[in-house]
Amino acid sequence: MTDFGFQPKASDVQPDQAPLKVRNQWWDVWDQFRSHKGAMAGLIFLVFITLFCALGPLVWDVDPGKLDIRNKDVRPIYVGIWDGDAKVSWARPMGTDHLGRDIMSNIMQGGRISLAVGWTAMILAILIGTFVGVMSGYFKRLDWALMRFTDLVLSLPILPLLLVMMLLFRDPLRAAFGPETGIFMLIVAGIGITSWMQTARIVRGDVMALKEREFVLAARSIGTPPRRMITRHILPNVLSPIMVSATLGLATAIITESALSFLGLGFPSDFPTWGKILFDSVDRMTAFPERVLWPGLAISLTVLAVNYIGDGLRDALDPRIRGL
Amino acid sequence: MLTYTIRRLLLSIPTLLFIAFVIFMLLELAPGDPMSQMPLTIPPEVKEKMRLALGLGEPWWVRFPLWLKQFFIVEPQYWIDSAFGTNFADGAQRIISFQSRSPVFDTISERLPQTLWVVGMSYVVGVAIALPIGVISAYRQYSVFDQAGTFVSMIGFSVPPFFSGVLLIVIFSVNLGWLPSIYDTTHVVVDWETMKFQFQQMIMPVMVLALQTTAQVSRYMRASMLDNLGQDYVRTARAKGMTESVVVMRHVLRNSMIPVVTVIALGIPSIFGGAIITEQIFKVNGLGQLLILALQGSDIPMVMTITFLLAVMIVMLNLVADILYGVLDPRIRYD
Repeated sequence: MTDFGFQPKASDVQPDQAPLKVRNQWWDVWDQFRSHKGAMAGLIFLVFITLFCALGPLVWDVDPGKLDIRNKDVRPIYVGIWDGDAKVSWARPMGTDHLGRDIMSNIMQGGRISLAVGWTAMILAILIGTFVGVMSGYFKRLDWALMRFTDLVLSLPILPLLLVMMLLFRDPLRAAFGPETGIFMLIVAGIGITSWMQTARIVRGDVMALKEREFVLAARSIGTPPRRMITRHILPNVLSPIMVSATLGLATAIITESALSFLGLGFPSDFPTWGKILFDSVDRMTAFPERVLWPGLAISLTVLAVNYIGDGLRDALDPRIRGL
Repeated sequence: MLTYTIRRLLLSIPTLLFIAFVIFMLLELAPGDPMSQMPLTIPPEVKEKMRLALGLGEPWWVRFPLWLKQFFIVEPQYWIDSAFGTNFADGAQRIISFQSRSPVFDTISERLPQTLWVVGMSYVVGVAIALPIGVISAYRQYSVFDQAGTFVSMIGFSVPPFFSGVLLIVIFSVNLGWLPSIYDTTHVVVDWETMKFQFQQMIMPVMVLALQTTAQVSRYMRASMLDNLGQDYVRTARAKGMTESVVVMRHVLRNSMIPVVTVIALGIPSIFGGAIITEQIFKVNGLGQLLILALQGSDIPMVMTITFLLAVMIVMLNLVADILYGVLDPRIRYD
């Protein structure tokens, strides 16, 4: 579009002239995003929880799997405020579980896994969805078959099928790649290949609309091959709906992983994720409600933050709203 | 409309066949073995005989059509027989569960009422809460009520049922002791006292599921109301001197309900998925729990049948949603 051989660069602007502020469009998006309070709060929380899980173990280097039977069932430190007899310890600020494992380091470790699963599954789903959407929107010959296929996958009962996949493929993958990597791959692949359909539909619609625009016609008239047409002209223009559905996908992926762990069909028991910690604590929640509360809050707040970010992104990426 | 309905119905047959095939092949290709739960002391040749007795000796291209025949022909014949006292089935082989050795549909029909009761009630409650919230949020856009409604629906989207359910149990069953934490399905309602207990034990599972429905439906209701409130016909109605309640409740609401009705129809299958988790939390012995138990016991016929029933429901409700859309909105023509 602006390929005229000459583009004003920031360095070309004379310093003594009135500074012509060169702005990338992403700065506008960021400005609009910043004005959305919920989205900013969500972003801050997401960064905080990511750093807490990623860098926390460096500061709080307690092994999450270490058994310490003598210090089992320690209550969190704040219980001491209203219950003087409670077993609390500054060395275990969030308490320990029935085997004496430190809950804070478990939450950190669990968060690493939950967030990693969420991000990877979301990226996989977005990749598949974008690919199918672009192919089906751009190439008329593929459209019918790909969209029928998308409709078929949309009418599969997702949660039961995921449960079936977990149960049936768990042992062979565990044997092939080790307990952690095998289950990780299975969960990521399961969530990824069952949640790309919405992205594909949205991307297809946008690509079909873009194909009718003049700049695509112009690009085609100078002989741009389809491959370059898609990467140079189509993909950058469908980036915003992809980003919005990516945030939704991240939220769903985190919830789905926790749900699988909660139903006892996720990671093995000595391998904490937020959903798994919650599941393990449900039996003893009458005596130790905090063990249910913390992982549950972590999941809910993370998903809430991601949803708010998605809300803010949708507003920020819509040029009709921007600048109002 | 009729031709469209018939065409869609015919098209749903290959869709359902494909789905059945996917589920069957997934169960077939998976290396899981229904014999893995058996004691290791059973000699291999006995195990092989047990496998044959379960009907696993035949290859898949024999068993898949057989399952289809049992599902679509034999089982309906048994229904008709039991309803009218006829004898169409003539002792044909039904789909048998590996675990209980009884027909799969007998077990399902035992479990279905609990699930339908909890899920159906929660859907009705959720929609009943969502519609007024959506209407008021749109009518008073950006008011405190609207902001609060947005926040509540964000929470409904974000808090997973396995956390909200557990949280409710901790608060209302453990700390306050008001409500039972386990759903007692043997409970029979005979008088006011038992009625009260039934109400008490249903309130938590219903509310957990209803929160999800409310979050979704109220958002759609709000968006749809906002679309319509800005239309010319609303100004005309006001200019004619109609009262505000007639304008909103009669003109705008009716038009806004068109897309919402389809959303409500499309949401029913997903609430059954949510029920799998909710039933696990509140220990309701419904279909979701049956599915989990069957999965854990490698009870392939049971898993296959329940999953396929859910798929049938999804496909049929998609169809219903599309047809409803055409019926409610005369501008939509599918032909």
